[in-house]
Amino acid sequence: MIEARRGASVSLNDLERRYDRVAAVAGVSLDILSGEFLTLLGPSGSGKSTTLMMIAGFETPTAGDIAIDGNSVVGVPPYRRNIGMVFQNYALFPHLTAADNIGFPLKQRGVRKAEREKLVREALQLVQLPGHGERYPRQLSGGQQQRVALARAIVFKPRLLLMDEPLGALDKQLRENLQLEMRRLHADLGITFIYVTHDQEEALTMSDRIAVMNAGLVAQVGRPEDLYDRPGSRFVASFLGESNFLPAIVRGIEDDVVVAECEGAIIRALCPGRPAAGEKVMLTTRPERIRFADGAFTSTAPQNRLNVTVTEAVFAGERCRYMLQAADGTAMVLKEPSSAAIRRRAVGERTEIAWSVADTILV
Amino acid sequence: MSERVEIRFEGLAATRQSGARVSWWLSWRPSVPLLLAAPLLLFMLAFYILPVLSMLMRSVNDPVWTLSHFASLTGDTVFLKVFANTLTTSLIVTVGALLLGYPVALSLVRAPRYAPVILALILLPFWTSVLVRSYAWMVLMGRHGLINEALLAGGMIEQPLRILNTPLATQVAMIHILLPYMVLPIANALRQIDPSLARAASGLGATPWATFRQITLPLSMPGVAAGVLLVFVLALGFYITPAMVGGTREITLSMLIAQQVDQLNWAYAATLSVVLLATALAIIAAFYRLPGVGSAFRTGI
Repeated sequence: MIEARRGASVSLNDLERRYDRVAAVAGVSLDILSGEFLTLLGPSGSGKSTTLMMIAGFETPTAGDIAIDGNSVVGVPPYRRNIGMVFQNYALFPHLTAADNIGFPLKQRGVRKAEREKLVREALQLVQLPGHGERYPRQLSGGQQQRVALARAIVFKPRLLLMDEPLGALDKQLRENLQLEMRRLHADLGITFIYVTHDQEEALTMSDRIAVMNAGLVAQVGRPEDLYDRPGSRFVASFLGESNFLPAIVRGIEDDVVVAECEGAIIRALCPGRPAAGEKVMLTTRPERIRFADGAFTSTAPQNRLNVTVTEAVFAGERCRYMLQAADGTAMVLKEPSSAAIRRRAVGERTEIAWSVADTILV
Repeated sequence: MSERVEIRFEGLAATRQSGARVSWWLSWRPSVPLLLAAPLLLFMLAFYILPVLSMLMRSVNDPVWTLSHFASLTGDTVFLKVFANTLTTSLIVTVGALLLGYPVALSLVRAPRYAPVILALILLPFWTSVLVRSYAWMVLMGRHGLINEALLAGGMIEQPLRILNTPLATQVAMIHILLPYMVLPIANALRQIDPSLARAASGLGATPWATFRQITLPLSMPGVAAGVLLVFVLALGFYITPAMVGGTREITLSMLIAQQVDQLNWAYAATLSVVLLATALAIIAAFYRLPGVGSAFRTGI
């Protein structure tokens, strides 16, 4: 087995990449820790892939610095950086067998044939493809090609592995299996992973930390649960999962809780800053954290409450999804786990909803 | 989408069952393209295939049915020398065109900004008549041509060099004329290589040279094979250029054929033509068996 090694640390300093006037990456600063699984998450055009390509050395930054283990690598060609990379389309060499593909980086490093064959066998074992070495890429399925690409990227024991939407072309079932496998591989190898995706679920499932990118900048960095529970901006709240947004006016502050008026009701929200009274703000909460507050509803945690009308009711198997409208027309979404024991709401029904103050964030 | 296809399919099946009209049309459909090509096919038959066949037939039935013309070739030193010279010239031209053409094809694909200029430089001579270009070479390489005049004026030589009417003159002029047939198939093969492969190789530790040797070059081989085949086969039957700039001592098979026709020695000329045609066909057949080449031709280079 390939033994665990210490991963490389990567630090990006005001990294910038401009094409003519347009900045694909407009000043990214990020410290990626040794052995971390960090995901760059963002919509297309957010600069996540360009950032990855600059770390790999395929793009040259127009400003800023990239340091791996404290040493600047700007100007070092890709073939001297010793970084593993998995491409979106796998980029397997079509004229080489799977084994020769995996042996390619070893050959470049002057590893002897016997040693090479041993390492290739181990790598195939690691990605669960033993005995597939003699096949050509076109004879392998998409998932198998992906595994060969992964084996090729780790066989030479790099301390940093970059992945550019490696699961994008696979179907959902396979993608979910490979997500778990990548997590396992990350734990086994102990090296640093930098992973690029636009799929928020993938990011949440796999990452130690996520850097959400938008318009060439990092919008927020944090652990998946922190980003989900405490989005720092409206963009992060809406890109990572689904969110309700309530416009409100600040009325006061109690400890670290903001008291705001919204739809004639008083809503309490968590807030890192201290907004002034009278300021117009936006409050956000997740659809699955809202409950219908009539009937048997009980709660011990402090709650926000609001009167709404049901405008749409959709049964989606494991849960029901309701579109709601508050008094002044603000639309909200509520998701409820489905159960035969819970009464389903009818369109036009007027009711009250409630959600925890801890699940309400000022963005 | 699938629904529409299904409906169409059912409709087709229904009309097929109900009436003979549609099934007549369907059964005839494959031959419609053939009908469209019929005028050209007839033209080719009347004005190309029949005359060529009747010419080639003279190698076996002039004056009576015999294989003696072919049998006598084996001991014919003139023929053997000319045939060897033709093969050597074609080989040198092919190797020369490959060595000069591959870098050009690479630059055509790797420098897209200059691609139109490079392409124009390749194609402009391509569109010029072979005759004109051969005359141009004569002007350049003649005893009082530009090259000799320049060398004399520069004091590099005292007597004009004999350049025209040498094998070298033939080879240089033929490489010039056949170069596009080498560059275009190679450029096409290079263009089909996924650019992410070179990136991947570089990321995996391959230097630019190693990437070229291990990735780009092997993946471009179908194009190289196609270019080599085209140039070699075309060079085998080249006539105008060797006749105009080449020597009278090192003649090629096509020149020998022309000579024999001039002397109304039809049977010998026909026999030589069959040999030339058979050589070309044998080479094409051999190349088609190389992996990747046949498919490269079928996908259209």
